[in-house]
Amino acid sequence: MNHDERSPMSRRDLLRRGALGLAGVAAASRALSAAEQNLVRGAVSPPHGSHTPSNAATVGTVSGASIDPAVFLEHFDYGTVSRAAGGRTVREFRLHAVDREIEVAPGVWYPAWTYNGQVPGPTLRATEGDLVRVHFRNSGSHAHTIHFHGIHAARMDGVYEVVEPGQSYVYEFEARPFGLHPYHCHAVPLKRHIAKGLYGAFIVDPKTPRPPAREMVMMLNGFDTNFDASNEVYAVNTVPFAYHHRPIAVRRGELQRIYMVNVLEFDLLNSMHLHGNMFQVYRTGTKLVPDDFTDTVMFCQGERHILEFTYDEPGRFMFHAHQSEFAELGWMGVFEVSDGVIA
Amino acid sequence: MIALRSRWAWALLPLVLLAALALMVARGGLLDFLRAGAPPVEELTFERVTLAPGNLRLTVVNGGPDPVTVAQVMVDEAFWTFTIEPGPTVHRLGRATVEIPYPWVENEAHKVALLTSTGLTFEHEIAVARESPTLDAGFFGIFSLIGLYVGILPIAIGLLWYPLLRGLERRWLHFVLALTAGLLIFLGADALHEALESGAAVAGAYQGTLIVLVGSVGTLLLLQAVAGARARREGAEGRRAVAWLIALGIGLHNLGEGLAIGASYALGEAALGAFLIIGFMLHNSTEGLAIVAPIAKDRPRISTLAALGALAGVPTILGACLGGVAYSPVLATLFLSVGAGAIAQVVIALYRTVARERESESVWTPLTAGGLVAGMLVMYGTGLLVAG
Repeated sequence: MNHDERSPMSRRDLLRRGALGLAGVAAASRALSAAEQNLVRGAVSPPHGSHTPSNAATVGTVSGASIDPAVFLEHFDYGTVSRAAGGRTVREFRLHAVDREIEVAPGVWYPAWTYNGQVPGPTLRATEGDLVRVHFRNSGSHAHTIHFHGIHAARMDGVYEVVEPGQSYVYEFEARPFGLHPYHCHAVPLKRHIAKGLYGAFIVDPKTPRPPAREMVMMLNGFDTNFDASNEVYAVNTVPFAYHHRPIAVRRGELQRIYMVNVLEFDLLNSMHLHGNMFQVYRTGTKLVPDDFTDTVMFCQGERHILEFTYDEPGRFMFHAHQSEFAELGWMGVFEVSDGVIA
Repeated sequence: MIALRSRWAWALLPLVLLAALALMVARGGLLDFLRAGAPPVEELTFERVTLAPGNLRLTVVNGGPDPVTVAQVMVDEAFWTFTIEPGPTVHRLGRATVEIPYPWVENEAHKVALLTSTGLTFEHEIAVARESPTLDAGFFGIFSLIGLYVGILPIAIGLLWYPLLRGLERRWLHFVLALTAGLLIFLGADALHEALESGAAVAGAYQGTLIVLVGSVGTLLLLQAVAGARARREGAEGRRAVAWLIALGIGLHNLGEGLAIGASYALGEAALGAFLIIGFMLHNSTEGLAIVAPIAKDRPRISTLAALGALAGVPTILGACLGGVAYSPVLATLFLSVGAGAIAQVVIALYRTVARERESESVWTPLTAGGLVAGMLVMYGTGLLVAG
């Protein structure tokens, strides 16, 4: 898009070089002051004011993201509950695909495809063994589906049963295994349908609940705003730097549990790094004993882990992708640990 | 009287109708209908980049049909804080200056990307980061020195061939004149190439290629109409006019190059290489030869020679200062194409000079043809020397 200044060697380039050579001669001559010699050699380093960490972020605030990251973080949709014959719990969810322009960085608008008008889609939650029934209606402009990760029948897999605009489909399956699973559109072209925002988290709790904790859901996503197959914006829950500008309040000593799902497109890997602490990693959340105790964990596309940790010291602790590029393009947040009551 | 008035009416009527039609299209919603649903076409061109310690400043111009709103700024793939003046929305042919407090690293490359409200990115690479010169006496001192070495001294040295030329036989003088034409054709082609290249960097709405066309053809025809008659005159007066025209053409060419030098120096786009000066002076001293060749037999005054040299050389200083202070690709394109047009006119004048002196004989002899080719080869060869 930009015109590259570098071009094959031309006479003008020669002139430039010659000119700078002359500038060197000029500098060497006593006619010039020391300051001018500095100018010629460029021996001036930038001051440290420009290194302020707060400079490295977006400017302004986002109001049109389709979700409030502070609310989305701790909101779980348990569906409409009823009992089937034999006492089995039935959870019914309603999802509809709809096109919506969303603000993915202050002042930057992206033509998203959404579930229920929000990116990420709602976090669905059930208990292992529940009968899950998802009423899907496609109100979007393109064909869509919902493909749940988990164990279910082929026709409930949301791949070949393409739902055209205006049509509906009911997905019905047992919630299993317990763990943390993504759901996303599987219509083709797949990459475009996911990248444009059709994804969400599906949490299946074990029959014996996990220990009480403060629970959060974090969808690692990003947006390719100029459609060049690489992301301009990276985020936790859509808004870059959302939890950096408004840190997440954490009570000292309280167990924190994060359901973290990587739905990033175009980049092969993503990661989560926690400052001043270590976390237990439950890979895919399908076991109740941790797989790892670390401060950096890697996520392939579609990979997800449940992370648990507790802060013993108050203060501001950063968390971000350890791909520094992602961090500086928005995938960065802060836990504000204190003794106070969480607002 | 009536006849005249009605003639005016007939001249104006189509214009009035055209204006009314344009108003109708603009106001009548036809444009909205044609553009229904289409996203805005965005275009931003970087015009000027200056680096101060811990600070980047970029001037962009909107050369597209629609307003562009700069929403965010990324430097080296990181969102960065910034301010934009006069405001984030840049209207068609409008300009805005983006200021970024960024700890850039001396002599390394940096990439700035502007993210617009529609998610498009416009990128600019700073190939070699160096502090931009500030506008003080030292700044102008440096550019004067650059101009002196690049523009004036080589030409002055070239003028020293004058005594040699004066003693030449007529046919060898024609060889030198053909050589001069060869040098000028090379310079003209170079100016045209540079103008087109610079024109490609111009914001779309300014139509770089057409600036080159209007600038070069316009200058050629203007000089032909204004000065061509003098240059066609018999004898010393005509030859002197040709010399002045050559100096003017080279001067215009050098003005464009000066602009480029000043701009690239201001952008810190090159590395130091003092040894290049030698090759460079050889390269440009041929410009002096070109000026002095037509008047070799006329014993011009020293002051005349000095004035000719100044006309050809001083614009380099002016251009360098102007380019350093306020480089604009539009100006550079215009000056380079004006230079190309002026040089083309000079080549025509030179041809006429030789043709007239050879009267009924053909202009093209082995000597003149060889001279022309030799002129181009000399430029090519000294160019290689500089490139080395």
